[in-house]
Amino acid sequence: MSGLRPVAVLPPGVVPPDAAGSSQPRRPGGFWRRALRHRSFVAGGVLTLLMISAALLSLVWTPWPAYEIDMTHKLNPPSSLHWLGTDALGRDIVSLLLVGARSSIAVGVIAVGIGLSFGTSLGLIAAARRGWIEEVIMRLSDFTFAFPALLSAIMLTAVAGPGMVTSIAAIGIFQIPVFVRITRASANAIWAREFVLAARASGKGKFRITLEHVLPNILSILIVQATIQFALAILAEAALSYLGLGTQPPQPSWGRMLNDAQSLLFQSPLLAVYPGIAIATAVLGLNLLGDGLRDLFDPRLSRQR
Amino acid sequence: MTVRAPLIEVNNLRVRLNTSRGPADAVRGVSFALARGETLGLIGESGCGKSVTALALMGLLPESAVISGSIRLEGQELVGLAEADYCRLRGNRVSMIFQEPMTALNPMHTVGRQVAEPLRRHRGFSRAQATREAIALLDRVGLPDAAKRADAYPHQFSGGQRQRITIAMALACEPDVLIADEPTTALDVTIQGQILDLIADLVAERGMAMILISHDLGVIAENVQRMMVMYGGTVVESGTIEALLSGLGHPYSQGLFRARPRLGAPKGTRLRTIPGTVPELADLPSGCAFADRCDIAEARCRAVFPPPVMVNAGHAVRCLRTDVSMARRVGAVTA
Repeated sequence: MSGLRPVAVLPPGVVPPDAAGSSQPRRPGGFWRRALRHRSFVAGGVLTLLMISAALLSLVWTPWPAYEIDMTHKLNPPSSLHWLGTDALGRDIVSLLLVGARSSIAVGVIAVGIGLSFGTSLGLIAAARRGWIEEVIMRLSDFTFAFPALLSAIMLTAVAGPGMVTSIAAIGIFQIPVFVRITRASANAIWAREFVLAARASGKGKFRITLEHVLPNILSILIVQATIQFALAILAEAALSYLGLGTQPPQPSWGRMLNDAQSLLFQSPLLAVYPGIAIATAVLGLNLLGDGLRDLFDPRLSRQR
Repeated sequence: MTVRAPLIEVNNLRVRLNTSRGPADAVRGVSFALARGETLGLIGESGCGKSVTALALMGLLPESAVISGSIRLEGQELVGLAEADYCRLRGNRVSMIFQEPMTALNPMHTVGRQVAEPLRRHRGFSRAQATREAIALLDRVGLPDAAKRADAYPHQFSGGQRQRITIAMALACEPDVLIADEPTTALDVTIQGQILDLIADLVAERGMAMILISHDLGVIAENVQRMMVMYGGTVVESGTIEALLSGLGHPYSQGLFRARPRLGAPKGTRLRTIPGTVPELADLPSGCAFADRCDIAEARCRAVFPPPVMVNAGHAVRCLRTDVSMARRVGAVTA
């Protein structure tokens, strides 16, 4: 369950105050040319695109209807009819995997969206206002951070009932402190820089400085972090669904498929392997993408490769 | 000197900063007045309170700083002014040029946009108007090919060019008061003169009052009409450049003068230094702050905080032993 614990991965470039801003703006062409040469960015991008296109494809086409139960064809081995076979209810595995990608992406996008929007705003406020406001925001986020995420998710489902919405809320809430911390830390570094003082000296208020100077300068850090948090959210969703707290049947999800496969592990072990590979691929892809973006946004690192 | 209504009037300004080592009196009773077209130099070593004085004028000190005394801009009191009102003054009526041109510009925005921004905010210019004006300004500060380069980012410019850009930014709204905090410290010596000349031209051209902060006696002497030497948060010596350069009165100013490097000195000549270190602002002595480093200090120097003594017309020295120090005739240009 380590996937549930949100980890603040500080990309290099946050700690020294001058590093965050040394990410010089580049012409888009230059960025993409470098990006396409970056191996882990390309690999991560391909895997991530694969997952997204699987989800998109499932909206218009699946080999079989994903919800159709066909007991006469249950637990079929891979064949030309069912490419990866069928599960205990005779549902087509390929179709389930395609539709399952939808749940993973939906949960990931919305949960990271919650974390990013709330966390970044709070972090920016903390850095701009300082004083007791910063103190309150940081202590609250420490408090949330200190709670075992899985326990709180279970608590939340006990109160609100299990389901996709509950799991999105639970995962989203635990994304917030990660973004609060990383935003405040990198925003503080920007606030300490002379161009912010110069901006204040030219009459800008804190709100405009935050929007026009601080946010653009920490955006690359947030994008990288969001990619990594996306991967963690997918893992968390799978974990919650596996425990029966996430996506509810009949809605397919990779975590639920793992759960279903568990009781048949000895008859048809492959049933657990497919969703496992799907989860691993998605998480690996997003992590590689995050690593790649981090390198590409950091001019000093990219030169070394 | 002509008597004109002061544009900016600072009276007994005191700033107490909350540092990790306890409260520190960074500025202790600084007073001066400047009229339009007048220039004032602030000189002193690091930590003497000159930058804090400048930031106090800009209202940019941290909120924890305790400021007392009075700063008046054409009669309007600035101490305790609400932040929103201060925002309307900054960059509009009071502007500042910073020490580090390499970091004073936002790396993410084009220089044209950064120069245009004060105009859009304070003057309500449209984007096109502001851009046109920004290009004119960049041209005025001597940026070659301004129209084309306005779309470039700060890292595409050299240090001297960037300082020209920050000057354009500071002067965009034709402020009444310009504060230049060591504007040439980070630049090559060859560029220094050009930048200082540019600032002097613009100050004369637009009739601004300027406060030039530096630790370089030469820079101050050549660019301002009056100067104040600061030490330990107080003004230890002030007066017109002519008066001061006919004989510095305070042992600290004398030390600064002696410590300057000289061309033509025999090879291997060591620079004269002032013994000791700057006192901690958190625990300043009750008497003269310079007493511990002073070669003519007496017991009474450590006991009493010396009042300013007028040694000549328009030349005040905060020292109890001006009789001895003035007799040394240090800093006289003829010496």
